[in-house]
Amino acid sequence: MGAAFEIKTMAQLAAEDKHPEILFWVGCAGSFDARAQKVTVAFCKILKEAKVDFAILGTEESCTGDPARRAGNEFIFQMTALQNVEMLNMYNVKKIVTACPHCFNTIANEYPDLGGNYDVVHHTQFIKELIDEGRLKIAEGGVFEGKKITYHDSCYLGRVNGVYEAPRSILEQLDNDLVELKRSRSNGLCCGAGGAQMFKEDEPGDKRINTERVEEALASGANIIAANCPFCITMLSDGVKSFDKQDEVMVYDLAELIVNNNKL
Amino acid sequence: MLQVIIFIIIAAAAFYMAFKKFFKIRRNILLGKDVELVNDSSQRIKNTLLIAFGQKKMFKRIVPAVFHFFIYAAFLLTSLELVEIFIDGVFNQHRFFYPYLGGFYTFILSIIEILSVLAFIGTLIFLIRRNLLKLPRFHKPEMEGWPKLDGNIILYLEILLICFVMMMNGADEVLFNRAATHAHMMEGVTGSFNFAISDWLGPMLFGGIESVGTLHVIERIGWWGHILVVFSFLNYLPISKHLHIMLAFPNVYWAKLNSRGQMDNMPAIMNEVKSMMDPNAAFDESAMDEEIPEFGAKDIFDLSWRDIMGAYTCTECGRCTSVCPANITGKKLSPRKIMMDIRDRAEEVGLNMDTGKIEFIAEAKREDGAKLTAKNYDDGKSLFDYISKEELHACTTCNACVEACPVMINPLDPILKLRRYEILTESAGPSDWLPMFTSIENTGSVWQIPDARDKWTEQLKPKDN
Repeated sequence: MGAAFEIKTMAQLAAEDKHPEILFWVGCAGSFDARAQKVTVAFCKILKEAKVDFAILGTEESCTGDPARRAGNEFIFQMTALQNVEMLNMYNVKKIVTACPHCFNTIANEYPDLGGNYDVVHHTQFIKELIDEGRLKIAEGGVFEGKKITYHDSCYLGRVNGVYEAPRSILEQLDNDLVELKRSRSNGLCCGAGGAQMFKEDEPGDKRINTERVEEALASGANIIAANCPFCITMLSDGVKSFDKQDEVMVYDLAELIVNNNKL
Repeated sequence: MLQVIIFIIIAAAAFYMAFKKFFKIRRNILLGKDVELVNDSSQRIKNTLLIAFGQKKMFKRIVPAVFHFFIYAAFLLTSLELVEIFIDGVFNQHRFFYPYLGGFYTFILSIIEILSVLAFIGTLIFLIRRNLLKLPRFHKPEMEGWPKLDGNIILYLEILLICFVMMMNGADEVLFNRAATHAHMMEGVTGSFNFAISDWLGPMLFGGIESVGTLHVIERIGWWGHILVVFSFLNYLPISKHLHIMLAFPNVYWAKLNSRGQMDNMPAIMNEVKSMMDPNAAFDESAMDEEIPEFGAKDIFDLSWRDIMGAYTCTECGRCTSVCPANITGKKLSPRKIMMDIRDRAEEVGLNMDTGKIEFIAEAKREDGAKLTAKNYDDGKSLFDYISKEELHACTTCNACVEACPVMINPLDPILKLRRYEILTESAGPSDWLPMFTSIENTGSVWQIPDARDKWTEQLKPKDN
C-alpha cells in the first residue's frame, strides 16, 4: 500500500489559481457504490503513481443524466446536464477522464449539443496513454502472469464508442493469458444494466441478461473477468454469485488489476 | 405484332401500378418528421458503396452472406439484360444486341447464367434454411403468418425466374444449333451462343425435342415467363419485405452518421430548462403555446422519415433480434418487430388517408370542408396499439441491433422516441424509475444516499497516527 494522499477538488485548485492537467470525473457509481469506490480509489492510485496532476469536482459533481435520458426523461437529463456543463465551463475544463463508460459517452457525445466541448477519455484509454508515454510502468512478473483473464466489452465503451483495443493492450501488458469471450468486441453482449435497466426490475423473461453473460464468461474458463464499467461490474458480480462461483471467479476493473499487479 | 401490343400493354400496366404504389410508400415515409442531416456526402457515398453495394455487414455471417451475394449479383446483372428484353419486346426483335456485341454478349450472358445457377442453389438453401432448419430468428412470434409466407413467396418466384431464363436460353441454343433461332440477324444460321450453362444444359433438356415449333413455344414461354415474373416482382415489392432490394441503398446513404451514443437533443426542453436555471430570465408568456406540447413519439407522424424508411427497408432477417440481449433472455422486445410494427402502422395510416374520409379527421378539426391531411389525421390509434410498453421497457440501449443491421436500420431511435413519449407526455413509465429521477433532481445522484459525494476520498486520506 502506497502512501496516502489527498485528492484536490477543482474548487480548491481554482482558489490557488491552478489548472490541473486533467479532471477526473468520478460519476455516481464511483462516488457512492461501495464496489465502484474501490475502482475509483485504484484509479487515483494509478494517477498518483504516474504523477498526473488531476482534480475532481467533489461535491460539485452531479449525475451526467445518462440513465434519465435513456429512460426517456429529457427534463431531468437537461437539468443535471446543463448544471454540469455550466460548472465544467466555469472551471474552464479542457480534458476529462472517467472510469464510467456511460459518463464518458454522455460527456463526450451529448454535452457538445448543450455547449460543453471537452476532450474526454475513458480511464482505460488514459492508462494506456500513461503506459505508452512511459509515465506508468507495469511491474514485470506480476501476480497475473499466466493467469487466465477474460475481458467483457461494455456496450458504451465498445460498440457505442468503438474502443476495443486500449483495454486489451493493458491486459496484454499484465502478462496474462487473455481468453476472448465468444461474443466480444462489436458483438459483445450487454451486461443488462444499460438504458436505465440498472434502476428497475427486469421485464418478464426466461432469464436475466447478466446470467446469460456470466454463463459465457464461466465457459471461457477464466478466473478473472476484467471489466471497464461500474454497472457491468455490479451485474457480472451478481451473475457470478448466482452461480455460487464468487470464490473462484473474480470480477475486476482494469484499474484494480494494475493496482494489484504493481502493488500500489 | 400481337406480341408487341400485349407486351407494351402489360409493361405499361405493370409500371403504372408499381409506380403508384411506390409513390404511396414515398408519401408514407414523408409522413415522418424532417431529419437534421450531418452533411458528409463523401462518408455517405462510402457507406453506400461498402455496405449497400458491397454488403460489408452481411459478411459477419459468411455462409448466408455468400449465397445472398450470388442472388444479389444475379439480380443486378439480370437487370442489365432487361434492357435487351425491353428492346426486343417493344420492337419485335430477338436478342437485338447479339450480332453487335458478339463475344462480349456471350461473356455477359455466361456470367448471368453462372450467377443464376449459383443463385438457384442459394435460393434452395435459403428455402431449406427457412423451412426445415428451424433457425430461431425465422421462427419468432412476429414471423408467423404473412411474414413467413412472404419470405417463401420471394424464394419461389426467384426459382421460377431462373427456370424461365434457362428455358429461354436453353431452347434458343437448340434452335440455333438447328439453324432455327430468331435471334437478330441469325435467321437461318447454324451456330451456338456458347453461353456457359445453356450451351450444354439446353441440348440436354431440349435436344430430344424434334419439333422446331415446340422449341419455339418453349423459348417463348421462357421469355414471357421471365418478364412476367419480373413485372410481378415489381408489383409485389411494395407489399413485401423484399422491398429492401431498392430501399437498402437510400437507407444506407441517409443512415445516421453521428455517434451512436448521441441521442437526439430536444432543444425545446433544453431551452425551457435553461430559462428555469437563469435567474434573470423573465417569464416569457409568448413562448407558451395554447396547446400542451407533446414530446417524443406516439405515432409515425412523430418519428422521422428516416425511421419510417428504415421500417420499409427492413427485410425481416432478424439479425437485430438474434443479438438483442432482451430477446435472447426471453423478453418480449424484438427490434425487428418494432420496425415491422412501424411499417404496418404506416401502411394503415396510408390506406386510411387514401380514403379521404372525414372519420379520420380529428374530431376537433372537423369543420366544414376540412380535408384529411397528415396534420389533422386521427384514427384513434397509434404506434402503442402495435408496440407494448413492456417491449420498450426491456431495451438496454446496447446498440447491438444497430450494429447488426446489414442495411443500417436503427431500431433504437424509435424505441427511445416512444420511451420519451411515455415519460414526458404521458408522465407514465416504470415506477422503479421514479426514485432515480427524483434523486437526480434533488441530490444530483442516481441513488438517494445521505453521504457526501466525495466521502470516498477519505479512503485515501493520510491517517492520523
